[in-house]
Amino acid sequence: MIAEAGHYALVLALGLALIQSTVPLLGARWRDAALMNVARSTALAQLLFVAMSFIALVTLHVTSDFSVVNVYENSHSLKPLIYKITGVWGNHEGSMLLWVSILALFGGLVAAFGNNLPLSLRAHVLAVQAWVAGAFYLFILMTSNPFLRIANPPIEGRDLNPILQDIGLAVHPPMLYLGYVGFSISFSFAVAALLEGRIDAAWARWVRPWTLMAWIFLTLGIAMGSYWAYYELGWGGWWFWDPVENASLMPWLAGTALLHSALVMEKRNALKVWTILLSILTFSLSLLGTFLVRSGVLTSVHAFATDPARGVFILLILCVFIGGSLSLFAWRASALKQGGLFAPISREGALVLNNLFLTVACATVLTGTLYPMAYEVLSSDKISVGAPFFQLTFGPVFVALLLAVPFGPLLAWKRGDLLGATQRLLAAGIAALIAIALVWAWTYGGATLAPLAIGLAVFVVMGALCDVAERIGLFRMPLSISLRRARGLPRAAWGTMFAHAGLGIALIGIVCETTGNTEYIGAMRPGDVVPIAGYQLKLDGLTPRPGPNFSETIAQFIVKRDGATVSTMTPSKRSFATRGMSTTEAALLTRGASQLYISLGDATADGAIAVRIYHKPLVLLIWWGPVLMAFGGLLSLSDRRLRVGAPKPAKAPRALQPAE
Amino acid sequence: MTRKQRRLTLICGALAVLAIAAGLVLNALRDSIVFFSTPSMVAEKHIGPGKRFRLGGLVQPGSLKRGENLAVSFSVADGSATLPVAYTGILPDLFREGQGVVAEGALDASGTFRADNVLAKHDETYMPKEVADALKKQGHWKDDYGAKPSASAAPQPAQGTMR
Repeated sequence: MIAEAGHYALVLALGLALIQSTVPLLGARWRDAALMNVARSTALAQLLFVAMSFIALVTLHVTSDFSVVNVYENSHSLKPLIYKITGVWGNHEGSMLLWVSILALFGGLVAAFGNNLPLSLRAHVLAVQAWVAGAFYLFILMTSNPFLRIANPPIEGRDLNPILQDIGLAVHPPMLYLGYVGFSISFSFAVAALLEGRIDAAWARWVRPWTLMAWIFLTLGIAMGSYWAYYELGWGGWWFWDPVENASLMPWLAGTALLHSALVMEKRNALKVWTILLSILTFSLSLLGTFLVRSGVLTSVHAFATDPARGVFILLILCVFIGGSLSLFAWRASALKQGGLFAPISREGALVLNNLFLTVACATVLTGTLYPMAYEVLSSDKISVGAPFFQLTFGPVFVALLLAVPFGPLLAWKRGDLLGATQRLLAAGIAALIAIALVWAWTYGGATLAPLAIGLAVFVVMGALCDVAERIGLFRMPLSISLRRARGLPRAAWGTMFAHAGLGIALIGIVCETTGNTEYIGAMRPGDVVPIAGYQLKLDGLTPRPGPNFSETIAQFIVKRDGATVSTMTPSKRSFATRGMSTTEAALLTRGASQLYISLGDATADGAIAVRIYHKPLVLLIWWGPVLMAFGGLLSLSDRRLRVGAPKPAKAPRALQPAE
Repeated sequence: MTRKQRRLTLICGALAVLAIAAGLVLNALRDSIVFFSTPSMVAEKHIGPGKRFRLGGLVQPGSLKRGENLAVSFSVADGSATLPVAYTGILPDLFREGQGVVAEGALDASGTFRADNVLAKHDETYMPKEVADALKKQGHWKDDYGAKPSASAAPQPAQGTMR
């Protein structure tokens, strides 16, 4: 009954999406406010029905109703409750349902909080949103229905892939989807602007908070996914340049570019056409990511099921939306008038440079991701493009970007003073040089690039601090005035500081982890001691322990430093009977920002066990950086300017926006 | 500067960056891509020692030997040829005899494949895609290799790497 209700709710949502995708457009054409307002109610009703459908699937999983294929294949009655819930999106059908639920959520949010939007813009935006939603409802109903029944229900389920039975599954996919799908809003706004043939600074003001919100979630989602891979896969890697990871990195790069170009549009009414294009590209890359992950062209932990029909369907959606929006862009973009004028050396110029580097970086990732597929189609030889490719291409482009980051915020709008900015960055430059010298002296004979990279990271962090210090007149004025100025500084300025500093912090973590990592791999017997990075790790013993749906062997390690016991670590090896799989649960010991990491291998015949022990210096900075970036984004989102909403455009003629 | 000149500066700058990036990409594609081979393809193509590639196939049943200090050796077969593989380290959780495997490394002078990386699978029904395709092409594919216990949605595979 619940399954059928969920299925039916989804069909109703599709019906509503069809109405929402057409009626408001007719309303806008006939200038009929009532018809345009249909979009609002349908978007809210759609959200209601999709939510019902989603809740139905959650209920089926929680109650372990094995008469439903999806539950049978991905659940087990002994599975802990949290994994019964998260298991809902730990499979293809459920994760697509989560995808459309979030899409409907964003549509609903625009409908609920978009009261200050011009009526016709809102109608257009919601209609475009409904096209995307409709396509994906059809996809789910036709190729990946999560509510299918089994004729003869089995008594027990097949359990969720043990790798996914982790708290990471509760956080990573929803966050990532909030980011991916959140960009659909800027896409809808862009297409609406093209359909209306009208775009102005107020448009950018409306789009920016949505983009920022999506970006914050995507940043956190990627960071969370990376940390999850780090502790779950058992060999301490945190980024593999796996196509699936690239699929999430590309919309992030494009989205970051979009945030910055929308800024230029909002402040200076320039770069309009480019901003529109970026909005389209960002969501296109999100769709591409969905295609790569969901179609089965890739094998990865994320690609749950391979069914050619699904691949073709998503490819079709991809072609229609990307092709359609880009054609619309090519057709209509010339109708949008060019905006403000600025010198190459100016804040706008710096932001253009930022966009240039980000899109080029994104293009290199795209090339590396798609090249193996293209190559296979053309020559039928299989190749793989791994980390070395990205280090050689993405690396240099990003380094150039990071060098430029501190300069941007210090340049004035319209016409900037590069010399002045350089002078104001002197402190940051000196700090970077000192850092290079220190690191070089400390790691003498080690990697040559490491000190330089650390210097670059310090430059970025200090540059971000310099900007704020300069604005509040720190050290130039009495402290009380500086403090008062600090309070008066727009939150967006603080947001910029945190986001840019986060970039540098993450870089420090990445460099320290890759160059300062120490590892021990070998067989240990109970009583053996391994010294690593100043710690002594003693294997105390191995004990078996039963879990809810698995049995595990726990190894007890006593960690000592200078003779004093610091802590104990208990990595384990779990074996899941239902799927005949085993997983390795690594043990982590956090010391400041550094971590000790132990994971277990196989037991050998003579009573020893293979272990892998790492000491990773400052590794946590890799994820604190993105968290700081997201925090910066949040501060910026709470800026007064965005809260009070966009200014009403002057009563301009309805037609095209006049040129300046 | 006039609007035209400014635009020209912008476009030239953009083109310069793009050209540099394109150069980087082409250079990297020449040096850093890794080909995939099965044991019989290795024999046919006469891949020389020292050239890195990915070897895929099935782990020959009964060939797995564990030595001192986590050294392991096993053979990879694709139905018509086998190749001995040597590896030092911890094998993936689901490494099993008779099942698919992908290893990255190079041949040494004696014709043994020295792997520095054995790609793990993360699911019991997993057959690496490359291996499955290659076996199908050579006609050694048996349906039960990739057989899934039920319908369509068994969570599939994953490759993670392992050092």
